[in-house]
Amino acid sequence: MPDPAAGHLLDVRDLSVVFTRKGRRDVRAVDGVSFTVDAGETMGLVGESGSGKSVTSLAVMGLLPKRGVQVGGEVHFDGDDLLTLPPERMRDIRGQDIAMVFQDPMSSLNPVVPIGRQVTEVLERHQALKGGAAQAAAGDLLNRVGIPDPTRRLKEYPHQLSGGMRQRALIAMALACRPRLLIADEPTTALDVTIQAQILELLKELVRDSGAALVMITHDLGVIAGLCDTVHVMYGGRVVESAERRELFADPRHPYTGGLLASVPRLDAPRGAPLHPIPGSPTDLLPWAHGCAFAPRCPNRVEPCTESPPALESTGERQLRCYNPLAAAEEVPA
Amino acid sequence: MSLAQVEATTESAKVSEEGGSLRRDAWRRLRRDPVALVGFGIIALFVLVAIFAPWIAPYDPADRPGAGIVTPTNIPGPSAEFWFGLDELGRDEFSRVVFGARTSLLVGVVALLLGMAGGLVLGVLAGAFGGKVDTVIMRIVDVMLSIPGLLMAIAIAALLGRSLLSVMIAIAVINIPIFARLLRGQMLAQRESDYVLAATSLGVRRRSIVFGHVLPNSMSPVIVQATLTLATAIIEAAGLSFLGLGSPDPRVPEWGLMLANTQRYLASAPHLAFFPGMAIVIAALGFTLLGERLREALDPKYRR
Repeated sequence: MPDPAAGHLLDVRDLSVVFTRKGRRDVRAVDGVSFTVDAGETMGLVGESGSGKSVTSLAVMGLLPKRGVQVGGEVHFDGDDLLTLPPERMRDIRGQDIAMVFQDPMSSLNPVVPIGRQVTEVLERHQALKGGAAQAAAGDLLNRVGIPDPTRRLKEYPHQLSGGMRQRALIAMALACRPRLLIADEPTTALDVTIQAQILELLKELVRDSGAALVMITHDLGVIAGLCDTVHVMYGGRVVESAERRELFADPRHPYTGGLLASVPRLDAPRGAPLHPIPGSPTDLLPWAHGCAFAPRCPNRVEPCTESPPALESTGERQLRCYNPLAAAEEVPA
Repeated sequence: MSLAQVEATTESAKVSEEGGSLRRDAWRRLRRDPVALVGFGIIALFVLVAIFAPWIAPYDPADRPGAGIVTPTNIPGPSAEFWFGLDELGRDEFSRVVFGARTSLLVGVVALLLGMAGGLVLGVLAGAFGGKVDTVIMRIVDVMLSIPGLLMAIAIAALLGRSLLSVMIAIAVINIPIFARLLRGQMLAQRESDYVLAATSLGVRRRSIVFGHVLPNSMSPVIVQATLTLATAIIEAAGLSFLGLGSPDPRVPEWGLMLANTQRYLASAPHLAFFPGMAIVIAALGFTLLGERLREALDPKYRR
């Protein structure tokens, strides 16, 4: 762990996102989320659909629509509060200092523009590269992300590339200007399993080589296990547990984290053994208004859970938001 | 299969794979579509006739080779010498229909280009800026669309005076709101797409996103609409001329005007109505056939 007194690369404080729409009740998608990411660190943001993890990343990038959205809190990146920066400054930061890789490589590339043009566009925008120099740099980038025959690929259109190749191209675009922070929003969800592993390996390698920090957003605990230093588990727009990765896997304390871990199918389970889903699904628009949002689905529910929402409490490196956590494991294996 | 054959097939497979964009893909499908080919054939014929009119037509359209033959009660129909017969002044009808293709094509293309340009400017403004700009532009467009097209064209042509140019402008004006609304709707839909979000997340400027990403993806329906608009523009041009709003110059043959002049002789010389009428129908049909098939070729729903 780096020195906590030093400035963090990304310091998100009390971030909240509320979607407002005339004639509808407000939806509180992100509710007081705080976390930090240091240079070179890999942080995992885990949660199921609707837990607010993608909205959190879009809020950090300033990519949420202006109308019908209220963003609160602070997002400090390298000393600037991204939420109050003028749009033109923010556009300079995006792609240059912070970049993002999205979930669906099929739709995240422009179908009628050649790959090469889409890569050089970023280089021209931020690095003032032109013509042949931009072409050469784009070729190098494709090469770096493991796309064979880059000169030919640069001229091709997205539909001529496989899903894995497209995600590689998108990663190349995101890393084109050597950003200091890369946000990957479920980058492997749309890919098949063998390709998933390759893409994760690639991300890991590129992040290590470039020294960039990585925020990995996923619902897949397997991805976290292989990649992340620290993990934040989100539920209903709030962080319910965060810890160092090894500690979280060995000793989950929040019943939701425990449920997520238990629900991962295991190959060494006896045949016919039932899977362990978490019952129910998150529904509420204001999940934390009347107690713990997870309470209706929680096996460890106790009286106070339905009366008032629990606070996030820190013990050492771990943060936990629960009245009745799972029992601590005897000993954390090293 | 011999080795050479195998190589040949893999070679051709490679070529089709290297094809390119969706649009090239659509082009490939279109070339195999018999209906589209018929449409394309008609258009090619129409354009060639228009370009080479002086070489195709046996007579000058203003000449009166049958001046001595024609009387108000005797207007000869098709013959070996005058393929489409003579008109009421003794001019060669075939030559006039051939030269009429020039006028129709000119009016159609110029009106389309003007209308499309105006529509694209308004559509891009509305689609790119949204908000108040969008609201103002779209209300103007709504007002324009609420007036029946031909009625508005008549009003504009009448206002500008009798000339081919005023016909072109009139037809252009009634097509502006159609293109504006089409493009604006496409652009709004494309703006929500993932690749726009991805490009934004990489700091790409708004101008580049609008012109480099959103606009190229919004053009397919505009191309289809342009083809179909050529068909209606030809019909509308003929209609305006028929109503006496086209060029007053009798030396410039125009199909609509030819139809109008023939009204009094409809019973005695039906060929004077038939040939220009057919010319209008066939020219419009060509663009309609191609346009419809183009729409299907570009629409992912029809993709097999």
